[in-house]
Amino acid sequence: MLRSAVAAEDAAAKSPAPQVVNDFNIQVATVNGSGSQAANLVLFRSIFQMGIPVSGKNLFPSNIAGLPTWYTIRASKDGYVARKREIDVLVAMNADTARDDVLGLEPGAAVVYDDPMELNALRDDLFFYPVPFDKLIADVCSDAKLRRLVRNVIYDGVLAKLLNISRDQIEMALTKQLGRKVKALALNQAALKSGYDYADEHLTKQDPFVLEPMNQTSGKILIDGNAAAALGAMMAGVTVVAWYPITPSSSLCETLIDYMGKYRIDKETGKATFAVVQAEDEIAAIGMTLGAGWAGARAMTSTSGPGISLMAEFTGLGYYAEVPAVIFDVQRVGPSTGLPTRTAQGDVLSTAVLSHGDTKHLLLLPSSAGECYSMSLKAFDLAERFQTPVFVLSDLDLGMNSWMSEPFEYPTEPLDRGKLLDAETLERLGEWGRYKDVDGDGIAYRSLPGDGMPAYFCRGSGHDSEAHYSERPEDYEENLKRLTTKFDTARDAVPGPVIEREGEGLVGVLAYGSSHWAVLESCDQLNQEAGLALTYCRLRAFPFNGDLTTFIDRCERVYVVEQNRDAQMLSLMRMELTAERIAKLRSVLYFGGLPIDARSITDEILAREGHELAPPNSA
Amino acid sequence: MGTTASSPRKKVNRIGLELQPYRGRKTTLCAGCGHNAISERIIDAFFEMGIEPSRVIKLSGIGCSSKSPAYFLGGAHGFNGVHGRMPSIGTGAILANRKMIAIGMSGDGDTGAIGIGQFVHLMRRNLPIIYIIEDNGCYGLTKGQFSPTADLGSKRKTGVVNDLPPVDTCALAIELGASFVARSFSGDKKQLTAVLKAALSHRGTAMVDVISPCVTFNDHVGSTKSYAYARDHDEPLGEINFVPYFEEIDIDYEPGSTQVVKMHDGSQLLLKKLEADYDPTDRLEALRVLHETSRRDEFATGVIYVEPDKIDFIEVLNLVEEPLATLPLERVRPAKAAFDEIMEGHR
Repeated sequence: MLRSAVAAEDAAAKSPAPQVVNDFNIQVATVNGSGSQAANLVLFRSIFQMGIPVSGKNLFPSNIAGLPTWYTIRASKDGYVARKREIDVLVAMNADTARDDVLGLEPGAAVVYDDPMELNALRDDLFFYPVPFDKLIADVCSDAKLRRLVRNVIYDGVLAKLLNISRDQIEMALTKQLGRKVKALALNQAALKSGYDYADEHLTKQDPFVLEPMNQTSGKILIDGNAAAALGAMMAGVTVVAWYPITPSSSLCETLIDYMGKYRIDKETGKATFAVVQAEDEIAAIGMTLGAGWAGARAMTSTSGPGISLMAEFTGLGYYAEVPAVIFDVQRVGPSTGLPTRTAQGDVLSTAVLSHGDTKHLLLLPSSAGECYSMSLKAFDLAERFQTPVFVLSDLDLGMNSWMSEPFEYPTEPLDRGKLLDAETLERLGEWGRYKDVDGDGIAYRSLPGDGMPAYFCRGSGHDSEAHYSERPEDYEENLKRLTTKFDTARDAVPGPVIEREGEGLVGVLAYGSSHWAVLESCDQLNQEAGLALTYCRLRAFPFNGDLTTFIDRCERVYVVEQNRDAQMLSLMRMELTAERIAKLRSVLYFGGLPIDARSITDEILAREGHELAPPNSA
Repeated sequence: MGTTASSPRKKVNRIGLELQPYRGRKTTLCAGCGHNAISERIIDAFFEMGIEPSRVIKLSGIGCSSKSPAYFLGGAHGFNGVHGRMPSIGTGAILANRKMIAIGMSGDGDTGAIGIGQFVHLMRRNLPIIYIIEDNGCYGLTKGQFSPTADLGSKRKTGVVNDLPPVDTCALAIELGASFVARSFSGDKKQLTAVLKAALSHRGTAMVDVISPCVTFNDHVGSTKSYAYARDHDEPLGEINFVPYFEEIDIDYEPGSTQVVKMHDGSQLLLKKLEADYDPTDRLEALRVLHETSRRDEFATGVIYVEPDKIDFIEVLNLVEEPLATLPLERVRPAKAAFDEIMEGHR
């Protein structure tokens, strides 16, 4: 205690820091499997309850128990929710990483740490708060086995005191987090109190970081993108779900299973209005999805990059045989074991043209939890309208982290089941061919098994407009051209690009998906630091439409921000746009596996625009 | 027989349909291919059972076998999928519409090699589907390479000898919990028709492996999947008579000479015992017979194993009676109150 007070006084003497209110970044370094996630969410939720915009990001390696994991919580009065690189408050609970964690901090940061680690010896430009966790937990919990699980809640108490979160707020967050686990609640409350009281009696606040209540979160919800997508699927009336577990998409189907079990059981019969199959692999998962889509069900699967690779052949079949399917791809880094718990936008190209032969698929690109919901809903309509597989490209950051969001809207539109053949249509058409373009939009009428309409033989191989086997070059070409017409029809049916910021000059920035939040913040940084007011256009789907070209035409140059190495979206634009427009595009790429941050984008654009690099934003 | 009578009234089945709607397009397989005979038996079985073709979905993977759905039940919906993955398409389709009757056509490569994973899991799930393997021990469509059901020591035309043991799809299916497992020979019209009708009466997956010689690549001396070899080594487990639920039994049999298996739909399978007692409802017995006949270089045919009342995948999933595919909006979109409750839970 004395040591820390001295160190803190020294640090304070060197750089008397003004208070920093509602604008800092907390990082908790723990060991996974130690109940730290619950403790982190309590802290996260308490800040949300105080009305302060907050984001939480779990930065975790691929292990289940006993290895390092980090969680960052960013409070931002300005509403920034992207990852922030600089850590302002560190909670060092893991002896294995503590030294590196402390050495990596900017001067002036605060460190709460497990006393025996003596981290205060490492630096003299930080504010140290030692806490004897083992001693405190021994007093709270007599059962040695349980201690490990509630020990982390102590730092919630310590931080509540240090950062100015009221006892009521943090207790409310704890109660909400634990839900109905009554037994666990008492023990956790005691641990929380013990941390709070210890800080109150033994620690003197020296660092500048404090929280003050605001009114920026009222009415909002906290939800992760996977749960949002699951909810969208349920509200879209999904009836067949086939999946294979894979990080980071598993929680999408698991949440969906929970929702469906609760809300989609027929009240009269007690029977399910849905089928969920945990398939033997992703090939079977997409096969079941396509089989169900062919037979008329709203069907989906959810996966990540390795699963997408396995789905390649079937997806091509879906494209050629024209079968609706919704495929959620919660993107992650790398093939095989790669970095399965790290985020990326690495499947843009592979999904856009997945399979062999000439294939092009519809991609939806949600950038928020709200869009994970609304685009999930939309994907089922598009899949049936265009009779084709539709990808929803989320990512680990969006899918697995909790996000603030406005509550979602209850859907009021009826389902768009697309062009289904019925007696009236058959009468009007006179004769029907499964792959005959009678409306000029490239979309033919389809019949379903059991609907009483004429049957057809569905196949991926060469077929004529009547769905009969054919290897005639004319038939094949005609079919491919009609598929192109269909794809062109989709351009204005998918969500179009949106101008998120109107700038002042001729420089634009283009982004999509979870990069959105960092780009918004970067736009502000560029404006504040260099007077550069970019026009920011956010892509929401592939294929592109005229709104994208209009935007590019307005600009002299456009920075395309992506979370991959190979500028995948830019490459896709290269396939679709004219050389003049392509010449205006410049890549800003981040592919470290952590969620992209604003500073990386800002520094890159500033350098390219010929400005001096701004000094690191030390808040 | 009055074969000379002019313009006889065409035969109709119990639902008043002639044979024509049960036929398909002209086959493109080789003349004499066992698969064509199997298509004929399928036509017979569906016709005689009086199943409306539009209630049927035909599924297949890739290979000669997988072309065959085009050659029967022209009025049925069909889906020719990708190699070895027909079970997954069938699973999705049947879950989407449980009212349809599914028949999947596979081959020994499509099932035993590339598709063995999906085959294994289909057998575990007991999805209601008839799963036929047209088994010729070779890849006909790519010019005769050995498939995983080729017997050890069987010879190709080129003289190349197969040096790996075969996958016995029937034994594998039984091990995996399949509820109806049969083997037949494309040249045994009576037995195959009876087996197919029994398969149509079964609840759950009916797996039927049919030895179906490839006349072009695997019908020579030295092949263990040739017509001549199959005729010499076919070891029927007994004489099969199938009595559908809609017909009275008019077959006389001595008590003790015939085992009667009651299928889930009320149809009956009469198995006249040959030399030894054989009980097709005994899983261990079934495996023993498969192993013993194979050791004698013979193959047992007939209904090898049946578990008529095992619950199927539809029941396991507790699905509503109506097809999921066409449930109206109000049954698949939870009400506003439910939605609000979910939103509230995220505050």
